[in-house]
Amino acid sequence: MAVLEAAPTTVAHRRLALPSVSVSLALLWLAMVIVIALGADLLRPYSITAMDLKARLTPPVLFGGNFAHPLGTDELGRDVFSRLMLSIRMSLLIALFGTLIAATLGTALGFLAAHFRRGVESVILMAIDFQASMPFMIIALSVLAFFGNTLLLFIALMGFHSWERYARIARGLTLAANEQGYAAAVRQLGAGPGRIYGLHILPNIASTLIVSMTLTFPEIILLESGLSFLGLGVQPPLTSLGNMVGYGREYITRAPWIMLAPAGVIVLTTLSISLLGDWLRDRLDPTLR
Amino acid sequence: MLAFTVSRLLRAGVTILIVMTFAFVVLRLSGDPALLIMSVDAPPEAIKAFRQAWGLDRPVWDQYLTYIGHALTGDFGKSMRDGRPAIELVMERVPATLAITMPALALKIGLGIPAGIYAALHRNSFADRATMAVAVAGFTMPSFVLALLLVLVFSVNLGWLPASGADSPMYAILPIVTLGAAGAAIMARFTRSAMLEVLGQPYIRAASAKGVNWRQVITRHALPNAAIPTVTIIGFMIGSLVAGAIVVETVFAWPGIGRLMVSAVANRDLAVVQALLMVIAAWMVMANFAVDLAYGWLDPRVRASASL
Amino acid sequence: MSGLLEVTDLRRYYKVRAGRGPFAAKALLRAVDGVSFRIEAGRTLGLVGESGCGKSTTGKLALGLIEPTSGTVNYAGAAMPPTGGLEWRALRRRIQMVYQDPLGALDRRLPVGAQIMEPLAIHGDATPAERRERAGAVMDSVGLQPHQVDRYPHELSGGQRQRVVLARALMTEPDLLICDEPISALDVSIQAQVVNLLLDLQDRLGIAYLFISHDLRVVRQVSHDVAVMYLGRIVEQGEAESLFARPAHPYTRALVSAIPTTGAGPRRERLLLQGDPPNPVNVPAGCTFHTRCPFATAQCRSEVPLLRTLDDGREVACHRVLESALQVAA
Repeated sequence: MAVLEAAPTTVAHRRLALPSVSVSLALLWLAMVIVIALGADLLRPYSITAMDLKARLTPPVLFGGNFAHPLGTDELGRDVFSRLMLSIRMSLLIALFGTLIAATLGTALGFLAAHFRRGVESVILMAIDFQASMPFMIIALSVLAFFGNTLLLFIALMGFHSWERYARIARGLTLAANEQGYAAAVRQLGAGPGRIYGLHILPNIASTLIVSMTLTFPEIILLESGLSFLGLGVQPPLTSLGNMVGYGREYITRAPWIMLAPAGVIVLTTLSISLLGDWLRDRLDPTLR
Repeated sequence: MLAFTVSRLLRAGVTILIVMTFAFVVLRLSGDPALLIMSVDAPPEAIKAFRQAWGLDRPVWDQYLTYIGHALTGDFGKSMRDGRPAIELVMERVPATLAITMPALALKIGLGIPAGIYAALHRNSFADRATMAVAVAGFTMPSFVLALLLVLVFSVNLGWLPASGADSPMYAILPIVTLGAAGAAIMARFTRSAMLEVLGQPYIRAASAKGVNWRQVITRHALPNAAIPTVTIIGFMIGSLVAGAIVVETVFAWPGIGRLMVSAVANRDLAVVQALLMVIAAWMVMANFAVDLAYGWLDPRVRASASL
Repeated sequence: MSGLLEVTDLRRYYKVRAGRGPFAAKALLRAVDGVSFRIEAGRTLGLVGESGCGKSTTGKLALGLIEPTSGTVNYAGAAMPPTGGLEWRALRRRIQMVYQDPLGALDRRLPVGAQIMEPLAIHGDATPAERRERAGAVMDSVGLQPHQVDRYPHELSGGQRQRVVLARALMTEPDLLICDEPISALDVSIQAQVVNLLLDLQDRLGIAYLFISHDLRVVRQVSHDVAVMYLGRIVEQGEAESLFARPAHPYTRALVSAIPTTGAGPRRERLLLQGDPPNPVNVPAGCTFHTRCPFATAQCRSEVPLLRTLDDGREVACHRVLESALQVAA
């Protein structure tokens, strides 16, 4: 976190009113990915289990393939493009829920720490330290080993990624607001905690939280796809981008497109969100003003 | 400096204790540890013996203390798969992991820091922009994708390097490059911004305005100050090395602790997972400790304000 | 008859670290150390002193915003309920506060109209239509234009923001307003307007004020009674006019003599203080003021002076106050 905060001073001067070309492209790509995720069932040309044995390992369009299978087919003649669409949906879904859970959980814990101070705060700070001192991948793997893997548990687990970032932000900004200023003033008016946190503090720190979410979202995509790639994330018959890369790895010599298509989607999507996040941070984050 | 070192050591101890507590809590939450660790088809007498040995018939706090005691002596039980002590299995894999992570760390530092300094000193040059473009790619490219791309190019297409195994030093090249390349890019990016930050400071401008040789301004004033944030990133990097090793070792079939972790998790070999958790926690704590000490050595203010 | 607000032997101590590092010794900061005063309905008590003397902490204690280490706060004859509880929250209708930094005290994401109406929303008083109507009336009485209802705090001037804070405080028709340096962050040209507004509101609504300020000129202008604080204690307290005309405590005399005067009138003696106030963690023994007092004796260095009542009802904490050498020619 400290690292990420150090960087912006050098980019502060290039804040623009309109999104630059790269941000526009990023937005376009994200819009496309979201449409695909929402409409995967309507848009996909084939069922993901439909096998076309005559067209096994067909390469993509520009590499000697044809438009029947724009991104080629796999070993069993299944359409890579259709599978990719469902994978995009799954990966985005997990990242979306993971991000929302992390933001909600972290913000709530940050509020609790700032509200009660003392014991509650010490416990939460200790949990933050623990989370920050171990790579989350290791924690996630241990939990999966102990509890086994189901989709619901997996999504919940992704929600524990980087919650500490939100807890830190929420606690810090709430303490500042309680110490002096609007939160103290509203409290003095007789408002209860619900009104103070929900109607005053949350709207005031929302932009900082949203900027953090643009960091968490791609991180969860990378984490999920990494675990799924290892076979420890999303389990078949469900499929995610990481699963597809893992599956395509077996055919890397004969049909690299099976692996390259989802890998490309991962890179472009995380890149787009990062660009968007930088742009949002320059525009929204009040701490930089 | 002594008080500083002692306070950091205390902190390191607390972190280890928290990791142990985490493992204990998760183990207890996940069901009957005896059944989980011993596997379901173990004979009832063995399960009973296990319960007694680990004190599972005693109150929770007692169990907790017993658990910590076992953990401190490195006793995490036996691996489900071949019945050997879990800690042994883990320790014999450590050298292989060090063999790829240490060169990767050297690559990150040796490539990333000079590139970052160069980019900062030649701001907005072509080299600067190229470094930053690569750095952004390093942020967003998952290591398994990079690993597979390298395999595709250097093993499949060019046939220069082996894709998997650990039969000769040649086999280590692709894992090291995969682990090091993305990190080097990130390192370069942070070094660059740390350097730019320092170069914008009044004392640098004052020094150069006084007519001090620019090279001296850089080496005497800018570099030591830019080193402070950079050391923090190196701490993060050491942590991410282990996480990175999990994926990279699996892709390249490299026999280190990362691959062991994946197979232990897949087989739910809990004794091994716990031993790994502790070894990795110890690794992280040592890395953080080293970074803290380096920090104290570089920045006198940190030393003075040592607090828990 | 008991006063509206009665504060008795109020103390608030903070534990602080005397040095750096994990093993540093703990020390006790006596922010407020035995303060008593009362405010009658519709009257103003001015609380003056240098920054760091504990006057803001006293204000927060009087509000019940923080709990005292010991001592009592009575409001309208009843003890202040525990901070944050339902009873305490309900009591906020009666006691309101005006802050030094109005921009900080307002939520910059809400239009000021919504914030002015907020006290009624919090306490569930009145229908939304009635709230709007009342907000309109109150805004008018503090000199805000009706169209400013939709403005955001940063779109208003400093004086207008302070009027918004005042309007918000007046919505529930409180009996007591605690003003913590209400004008010191404002431009000099605006200060007089806000002071006049406060005086006018007191005339019309009969509100009592606890007016905390380091600016003696303003305190003199608004206060019926004045209490002078030094290092957490009240050193002199009494009726405003006589206190300013004949300050008894050497510290009060120094403060009063430092008020800039206009050219007319007799020249006053100047009493200059030496040095800075001591560190409140490490208060001097005896009279806490002896380190800076030109009249200090051995007794002052060893014995703590208690507040004693003079003939005119003034209370002063000084060993030498009755000695003729210290009497000021009236």
